[in-house]
Amino acid sequence: MNIEQIIKGIKERSPRAIARAITMVENGDVLVEDLLSSLDKEAIDSTMVFGITGPPGAGKSTLTGKIVGYCRKLGKRVGVIAVDPSSPLSGGAIHGDRIRMMEHSLDMDVVIRSMATRGRLGGLCASAGAVCRILASSGCNPIIIETVGVGQSEIDIVKIADVTALVSAPGLGDDIQALKAGLMEVADVMVVNKADKPEAQMLAVELNEIAREKGTEVILTIASEGKGVDKLYHVMEKIYLENEKKGIKQQKRIEYRKKEITDWVIEMIRSDIEKKIDSIDTDLDKDPRVVASKVASELKDVLLN
Amino acid sequence: MGDKKVYRVLIGKPGLDGHDRGAKCIARALRDSGFEVVYTGIRRTPEEIAMAAIQEDVDVVGLSSLSGAHMELFSEVVDALKKHGASDIPVIGGGIIPEEDIEELKKRGIKKVFTPGTPMEEIIKTFRELCENK
Ligand code: B12
Ligand SMILES: Nc1nc2c(ncn2[C@@H]2O[C@H](COP(=O)(O)OP(=O)(O)O)[C@@H](O)[C@H]2O)c(=O)[nH]1
Ligand SMILES: [Mg+2]
Repeated sequence: MNIEQIIKGIKERSPRAIARAITMVENGDVLVEDLLSSLDKEAIDSTMVFGITGPPGAGKSTLTGKIVGYCRKLGKRVGVIAVDPSSPLSGGAIHGDRIRMMEHSLDMDVVIRSMATRGRLGGLCASAGAVCRILASSGCNPIIIETVGVGQSEIDIVKIADVTALVSAPGLGDDIQALKAGLMEVADVMVVNKADKPEAQMLAVELNEIAREKGTEVILTIASEGKGVDKLYHVMEKIYLENEKKGIKQQKRIEYRKKEITDWVIEMIRSDIEKKIDSIDTDLDKDPRVVASKVASELKDVLLN
Repeated sequence: MGDKKVYRVLIGKPGLDGHDRGAKCIARALRDSGFEVVYTGIRRTPEEIAMAAIQEDVDVVGLSSLSGAHMELFSEVVDALKKHGASDIPVIGGGIIPEEDIEELKKRGIKKVFTPGTPMEEIIKTFRELCENK
């Protein structure tokens, strides 16, 4: 498949072309800029991007699968990006999120793609942003991004989304504490999943206190039975529409775009910086921080002249 | 970004067979060798596996079967890939498969078949070679 066929195929919603385009983005293919420049700007601007984040085992994939099912009932074509961490040792990854969404495998209006973090710092955000735009151009609206929400890099991914739901569930122990410490900041909606378990009520009460201060809602769901999923969808959609009316969505996207550009630029010049540092040999016995200052000021000189 | 290609593969279990130890074991070994592995779980139809392979744009599909239905199920995955214009994605298989079936499976387009006792290095090597040649 050549680049013209891929560009054409995205518009025609060809699964193969969409998949190829995403791989090109992921692998940093040189031709990808032609492709990205050809995308449908109007579709991109008007596509809702929802983030589903939370600790492993909370039920994010199950919930995502059910939201997809609900969207299909509404006649919407849906895109899903399921992000999993790469192994820091081997660089490999296992993507198991699809297992909970397999009922949609034969539905041509559900596009699911697994992505690994690949140890990229800002890089993943950059790739995932481009993947979102490809999916939007192929007619997907909404797009759902599932990420494991524990660390800072995941919080960064969440910034791509217009509306983010933080999913927790009873019985996850310390992870909930970690959530309170950080991720609640970024959540527009809080979900307590596995509401079929009695301890879910307690968790909901606990989260409600925090949520009330922020003015966010806590929604109970039983993802495995599809309960509460319609409500969650409509709350997310409502927040999206309100934010759009107030211009908050647009502002967020502009900020995200700047961040994405920054990430790309850093990625693109990273190897040059590494080369430059490889070529220094005289200063290596000095403190690294001191050397970095010197290298940075030399680089800035070049940049500003 | 993009200076080193990362290989993506799919491990699937077509049919009603619930023996998933081998499939998971292969998935983990591949991950530990640097592959990105999409695992689609047990009890999938050949068509579901083929569509997942296309959406995920994997370089190789690996199928596992211990229940005896490999003849039909493995070739149906090959056929489904072909039907959806993805016959360039190679398919290999493994599990409890009698020696005499292996030749016939190859005739039907399954590139390689691995039975219990095959060293994991050999399996990983095959995946890597198929990815590189794609
Ligand atoms: C453990 C086991 C079970 C466990 C399964 C647990 C699980 N979650 O996997 C339990 C107890 C649940 C079970 C149940 C049954 N089992 Co059972 N089970 C076995 C047993 C003893 C070992 C299988 C195993 O896990 N091996 C370890 C793994 C690591 O090896 P592996 O899967 O073969 O994988 C290796 C290779 O084959 C290859 N490989 C495998 N897949 C792939 C894929 C790719 C892409 C590649 C490259 C390589 C590859 O690489 C792997 C590593 O070397 C086998 C006997 C045997 N010796 O194999 C019977 C066996 C598979 N079971 C059998 C049967 C009949 C059943 C039942 C129907 C019994 C019953 N009447 O209830 C049920 C059906 C379950 C179901 N829903 O499908 C028969 C199948 C007969 C047949 N093919 O005609 C066997 C062969 C036993 C026998 N000799 O009769 N079973
Ligand atoms: N009891 C119960 N289990 C659930 C519910 N939702 C998901 N699960 C189970 O929780 C486990 C983890 O689900 P998964 O969606 O993979 O979680 P993820 O890691 O957050 O993506 C699976 O075994 C699901 O079947 C629920 O509402 N109630
Ligand atoms: Mg998941």
